[in-house]
Amino acid sequence: MINFQYVRANSIADAVNLIADDPAAKFVAGGTNLIDLMKMDVEQPTKLIDISRLALDKVEDTAEGGLRIGAMVRNSDLAYHPAVEARYPVLSSAIRAGASQQLRNMASTGGNLLQRTRCAYFYDIALPCNKRTPGSGCGALAGHNRMHAILGTSDACIAVFPSDMCVALALLEARVHVSGPNGARTIAFDAFHRLPGETPQRDNNLEPGEMIVAVELPSAGFASNYSYLKIRDRLSYAFALVSVGVGLEIADGRIKAARLALGGVAHKPWRDTRAEAALAGQAANEAVFRQAADIVLRDARGFGHNNFKIELARRAIIRALTQAANGTPQSQSNKKIA
Amino acid sequence: MAPYIGTAVSRVDGVAKVTGAAKYAAEFSAPGLLYASIVSATITKGRITRIDTSAALAVEGVLTVLTHENRPRMADKDEAYKDEVAPDGSPFRPLYDDKIKFNGQPIALVVAERSEIARFAASLVVVEYGAAAYVTDVFRRREAAVPVKAPANPSEALFAPPKPRGDADRALAAAAVRHEGEYYVPIEHHNPMELYAATAIVDPDGKLTVYDKTQGVQNIQHYLCGVFGLKSDDVKVMNPYMGGGFGSGLRPQFEVVLAVLAARALQRSVRVVLTRQQMYALGYRPAMIQRIALGANRDGTLDAISHDAITVTSQYEDFYRQETAWSGLLYTSANAKYAHRLAHLDLATSCDMRAPSAATAVYALEAAMDELAVALKLDPLELRLRCYSDRDQHEDRPYSSKALRECYRQGAEAFGWSRRNPEPRSMREGTDLVGWGMATGVWDAFQAPITVRIVLTANGHAEVACATSDIGTGTYTIMAQVAADMLGLPLDNISIKLGDSSLPQSPVEGGSWIAASVSNGIATTAARIRNELLRLAKQMPGSPLADVGSDDVALADGKLVSKRDSSRAVSIADAMRQGAVERIEQEETTNPAQDEKRAHNTHSAIFAEVKIDEQLGVIRVTRVVSAIAAGRILNTKTATSQILGGVVWGIGMALHEETQIDHTFGRIVNANIAEYHVPVHADIHDIKVIFVDEPDDSNPLGIKGLGEIGIVGVAAAVANAVYHATGKRVRDLPISLDKLLA
Repeated sequence: MINFQYVRANSIADAVNLIADDPAAKFVAGGTNLIDLMKMDVEQPTKLIDISRLALDKVEDTAEGGLRIGAMVRNSDLAYHPAVEARYPVLSSAIRAGASQQLRNMASTGGNLLQRTRCAYFYDIALPCNKRTPGSGCGALAGHNRMHAILGTSDACIAVFPSDMCVALALLEARVHVSGPNGARTIAFDAFHRLPGETPQRDNNLEPGEMIVAVELPSAGFASNYSYLKIRDRLSYAFALVSVGVGLEIADGRIKAARLALGGVAHKPWRDTRAEAALAGQAANEAVFRQAADIVLRDARGFGHNNFKIELARRAIIRALTQAANGTPQSQSNKKIA
Repeated sequence: MAPYIGTAVSRVDGVAKVTGAAKYAAEFSAPGLLYASIVSATITKGRITRIDTSAALAVEGVLTVLTHENRPRMADKDEAYKDEVAPDGSPFRPLYDDKIKFNGQPIALVVAERSEIARFAASLVVVEYGAAAYVTDVFRRREAAVPVKAPANPSEALFAPPKPRGDADRALAAAAVRHEGEYYVPIEHHNPMELYAATAIVDPDGKLTVYDKTQGVQNIQHYLCGVFGLKSDDVKVMNPYMGGGFGSGLRPQFEVVLAVLAARALQRSVRVVLTRQQMYALGYRPAMIQRIALGANRDGTLDAISHDAITVTSQYEDFYRQETAWSGLLYTSANAKYAHRLAHLDLATSCDMRAPSAATAVYALEAAMDELAVALKLDPLELRLRCYSDRDQHEDRPYSSKALRECYRQGAEAFGWSRRNPEPRSMREGTDLVGWGMATGVWDAFQAPITVRIVLTANGHAEVACATSDIGTGTYTIMAQVAADMLGLPLDNISIKLGDSSLPQSPVEGGSWIAASVSNGIATTAARIRNELLRLAKQMPGSPLADVGSDDVALADGKLVSKRDSSRAVSIADAMRQGAVERIEQEETTNPAQDEKRAHNTHSAIFAEVKIDEQLGVIRVTRVVSAIAAGRILNTKTATSQILGGVVWGIGMALHEETQIDHTFGRIVNANIAEYHVPVHADIHDIKVIFVDEPDDSNPLGIKGLGEIGIVGVAAAVANAVYHATGKRVRDLPISLDKLLA
């Protein structure tokens, strides 16, 4: 860990100005990931700009019937917020599937979108990693890749994005509000995170100096038929091998609309609109769910240790769709798979 | 006064621990204390060709950077580095020379005014290496593994390879029913909560007081004297509390060498604390490849056992235990043979980890027995009963006690084993497959020579002192219980001193031998105290104990009391007043009785229930019953906690634990407790612990010890339950869900 300066931003404008003055600086909110990375010398910011006390901690209704979540709303507060529990239970469930209570108490909404991968090669500066040190190679390709991606990979990087919350945000079609040196803009959730391609060092499409100020949810919350199913190596406090977020609109036993997103399988929350389209208008049964799973996984590719994820994802998609269709979402406190 | 032994006394050090008054090795301080940060090697094997410390030294607040080039003098003979429990070989010497023997090896120590400065400066040390070829994968050294030899260290002699009996090959060939299988357990690390740390304090007279995280303060003291050429009066080693050891602290670790090295170089007090990542450069449970062959008669009796093992050690020391011997011991079989080979890898030396050798070997044996039961179409518990042995099969001698049958009976009843449908995949609950498995556990009941000092003062207080350790198991508490009962005093009147090398002699705290050793030691010294009190009491005019012999008197309720006539008594206070003594001090060494005619072991029966999602392979261990036969239980509360901890660890061994090494780079890629999985609360459900009655007269108090037995067999019981649930036999641990998907 290197020595660094610490400053506290007083406003969004102040934060944006502070980082514009110092490209080697980083924003810090909950610090649940950045501080670890600094201890490992993976991140070496010379200045931390603390944005945790900015007045971005509100959850407010929008005129369109949605919800606007301030970037500094803590994960725990969001998961148990009455409006989220009632209208967007898949988001509440996904947050509760992640990390531990202590981490969720610290972690912020904006910070959750900006988590770095948990790839071991990224974390160990003695090992090659194109994401950490472009051009150094990918240690995971021929190494320990049990946790790694099966979709949207590149020869440069097979890391996965670790968030649970973002899987729910992806299927809910959230919008990310950012502020930066060139003013404010809004980014569709699917356009926020990137696939690795040749530039795995870039996790997302934020421009230098931009900060997340809010995440906005549209009105559709799929509160009746949803599930967040996370499959992991132990029953809590473990990153997903595969996770599946589902939201369905069902009428007369048929699926009117479907949303489907996966975690633990790609460099971003993996939403598949073709699979969603294939579900729409169909009866809610296993054959239909299997077809959707096949569509999601049509281009899936394993790298040795993680080959099992393809079949696991197929089964998890079918199960999560079944749970959602039956109105029996996966509990996050009872670890028995519903 | 009711006896304390056998009751659920709460920990006497509990308040100190929860209030923070209990201090650990990294919490002791001294004026002008300096802080050191370790630089670790990033290659697996080779040499340091250049080490540039100039940027680190340029940081304000850095006092020195020690490397092999500028360190103070250290011993140059292997003998100086051999500790009490060292295996054969050439022990690792931190900062000794330019050689790299394992990834993560300490290669420099940055000493600074503050820990943050030391850690920052450590990141600025530039190292260039000449890398050599290496192998860290046991499967790549399988063919090159060499047979183990009997150890040279006399204290390690009990680990000599077991002797074969009969003709196992012939018996196997002729067996009516055979099972043969290969089982694998990966490298596992101890992961104690407390980080390894040492605080070396330079006293005003130039002597050293070293607070070190260790399971044996005297072992460390002797070691430091050897390595640095110190007289034993010049260094005292302390470790009053320990946040978990599990075997990782039996041998001296590099933090203590580095702290003393820096303290001697600067003549200042220095603290070294490892990071969690650096903890993975310490010892580990050796990976083990095992082949077990069992030959049985149709009636379910065993005729042959063959156990081949390959375990892992470093290139510089031959660490192993008697891995294969458990198979030959546990069940009646006229024929048995063993082969144990060592795979030398470019890793640090492996070491003891909770129930070393038994946790891994009994897993394989008990999984194999389960497979044999399937082949015989016999209930797994019934198979164990048909193979039950009342005699130690190695030496053909009786046991001092063996209540394993009762473990089976009480465990099975508490679990409801009789309701088990033997057919795999036959028990279901919704989308879950339900499986019931069982296994046997076995460990040794050791006792070692130990010296205990007791000082009794006229106010009825006693201080009990011994250089043993409490590694978190409750040693303070059982020592206080035993002393209170033996001296006839209230528990609150007993104070315990331990974890100080200047106290009377103790072996390292391991192998489950301390409870029996120190408790009987206390009893011996307490008897001396009692005799001295009796001598004084007899001098009283008209003493009611005038004609009472020393064997006919006991201490109870603060009095010497005739065992035959409780009305004849003299209070401790009166006896001491009579002799005009303020204190009585006695120090005695207790040597265990030599009892070669009998075997001394603890046993257990474990029953486990798993529920597994049939489609997704998600495993929950919903119930475990562990029935333990371990002689007299000193404290039902701390003993139950010990067994609960062992069961939790066994569940982790079955389902979670694995040190993952990238063999291309020779580096551990899950060197942290987020990615190195142990069970979390959500993984642990109902665990029931039963202690069966097992009177034993191997030592006066009938104690066998139970630090290790709790984990032995648990992984097999879980693995066997997984088979019963799914019909899939996973023979390599951990049983991660992907292994059930195929």
